[in-house]
Amino acid sequence: MASNTLTTPPPVALHRPRRPFPWGRILGWVVLVLILFITLFPFWWILRTALSTQRELIANPTSLGPVGFTWVNFQRVLGQLSPEEAIRLGGSGQRINFWLYLRNSVIVSVLVVVGQIFFSALAAYAFARMQFPLREQVFFLYVSALMIPGIVTLIPNFILIRSLHWENTFAGIVAPTFLMSPFAVFFLRQFFLGINRELEEAGRLDGASTFGVFWRIVVPLSWPPITTLGILTFVSTWNNYLWPFLVGQSEDVRVLTVALAVFRSQTPQGAPDWTGLMAGTVVSIIPTVLLFMLLGRRVINSIQFSGIK
Amino acid sequence: MSTDTDVMRGPGARTRPAWLNQWLKGETLLAWLFILPSLIGFITFYAVPAIRGLLISFTNWDMLRPAQNVGLANYQQLLADDQFWHALRVTSYYVLLNIPLQTIVAIGLAVMMDRLTKSLVVRGILVLPWLLPPVVVALIWLWILDPTLGIANQALRAIGVPRQDFLGGVVQAMPSIALINNWQYTGYTALLIFAGLQTIPKDVYEAGAIDGAGETRMFWSITLPLLRPVLVFVLVTTVIGSFQIFDTIAITTKGGPIDATRVINWYIYEVAFARFQMGYATALAVALFVILLIVTILQMRFLQSGQSDLA
Repeated sequence: MASNTLTTPPPVALHRPRRPFPWGRILGWVVLVLILFITLFPFWWILRTALSTQRELIANPTSLGPVGFTWVNFQRVLGQLSPEEAIRLGGSGQRINFWLYLRNSVIVSVLVVVGQIFFSALAAYAFARMQFPLREQVFFLYVSALMIPGIVTLIPNFILIRSLHWENTFAGIVAPTFLMSPFAVFFLRQFFLGINRELEEAGRLDGASTFGVFWRIVVPLSWPPITTLGILTFVSTWNNYLWPFLVGQSEDVRVLTVALAVFRSQTPQGAPDWTGLMAGTVVSIIPTVLLFMLLGRRVINSIQFSGIK
Repeated sequence: MSTDTDVMRGPGARTRPAWLNQWLKGETLLAWLFILPSLIGFITFYAVPAIRGLLISFTNWDMLRPAQNVGLANYQQLLADDQFWHALRVTSYYVLLNIPLQTIVAIGLAVMMDRLTKSLVVRGILVLPWLLPPVVVALIWLWILDPTLGIANQALRAIGVPRQDFLGGVVQAMPSIALINNWQYTGYTALLIFAGLQTIPKDVYEAGAIDGAGETRMFWSITLPLLRPVLVFVLVTTVIGSFQIFDTIAITTKGGPIDATRVINWYIYEVAFARFQMGYATALAVALFVILLIVTILQMRFLQSGQSDLA
């Protein structure tokens, strides 16, 4: 970074002093653009591979654009081609239907977002505004659960779901995160504490019950942080792999991450089916990318906020 | 939480204990109703499993025969288990590869964003990889780093560099995993640090400039010390996260080649779900919890997170 405070006098007299050539800024821009390129290139590479023909891809691995442009890989992973045709195009011939996995991921993520946020918000409101014995102790227990690594509770939770015979059901996949997450309770309580009490008291004077105040006054006022939490919960549920892999391998509840891992472990013709895999990858990141394009500003602001609070 | 007022006492109140009266009249019952669903979730999927995990770690349960209490045998086994210590070494190696690189690049990136552009689009692009499933990120890079068809090796060949093993080689596998995770998380970390930069008052820099400090001097004497609270947050959370790396390993190397990437979480996973030694697996998980606790406490001490330099 060159300093802008030092200005060398120009050799030829001009009307105003010329600033030194900003080498620092230019170097900074070069590095930044390089990092942006490294960040974006893999996205192009997934798309480019997904739109290529398997055979031509092997013959021409360095082409920067799709080789033998085709939509057939998407048709293949979305289950629109017969198994024979899929094998001919380089697939394993096993039934793969990313429409189904997409549906399953949507079901799981929506259930978790709605359940977790509603029940966490109820609890957060009680912790923030209501008086009752053991309030601080219970809240402390909730927050201390943030310290426990996932693998500690994973094994007992797996055993529990097995003994309930909830393997390969949506109930089993969403159960551990449906009723609460310590982070959601903590996050919402912090926000509820900052809401102006007078608004709630006004609602109470108008005859609203405690739940009425919560539902008609507090929740609408908290819509921005609830949306933020919703996005974060959606993304982390959508991205989760190990838990749905352990309890939801069967086809009818298999989510996208598990489907991609299963797909990756199949090597139909000696090597992974790269064009199919990348088409599946595109399908599984489209919802996240769309959500980000719609609500990106909010996500970015909430990340920045989480670092400095 | 003292007794309620006497005004509202109904018939029979005199015989009820005071706390019950409070329950029935005050907010207590309602508050517990608000908390009830989350409490059921907390007890069922956090509290009881945590205790149960600890209890299972004192048994030899294998999911086939009934569990027998074995006392501390699993923990003794753990101390003598070469594979456990290997997993711990490999995980530490990963953390040491991952964290310094990621943090330094992220600080640089944050300073560049701060000076060059506050564009939301730039920040959006940088944070995009963080939103993807680690499974997807692992798949993308598995393809880019593919030994024969991958673009990385093809590009290296074009400039005359011989073929690299990347994920397939004992030496390069772990650095490759670290690079993959750097790609995913550096932008996110940079955004956190960028936010911290926005909180540093501008007049501190002006005062520094008047005192004749150059850019470098100001970075070391002003920016870095004032960023400490954010850096502590970033380091603590990223170190805890890195110790628990799993998804990337599961998709790319599965602990190989020759145990080079058999990190602690992958080892626990194998013991639990391939060997079904649930007792030993939970003991390993408890050990990981203790290790993370110690690492976090040490970091807090070392970085003196309680003190602010702005005072």
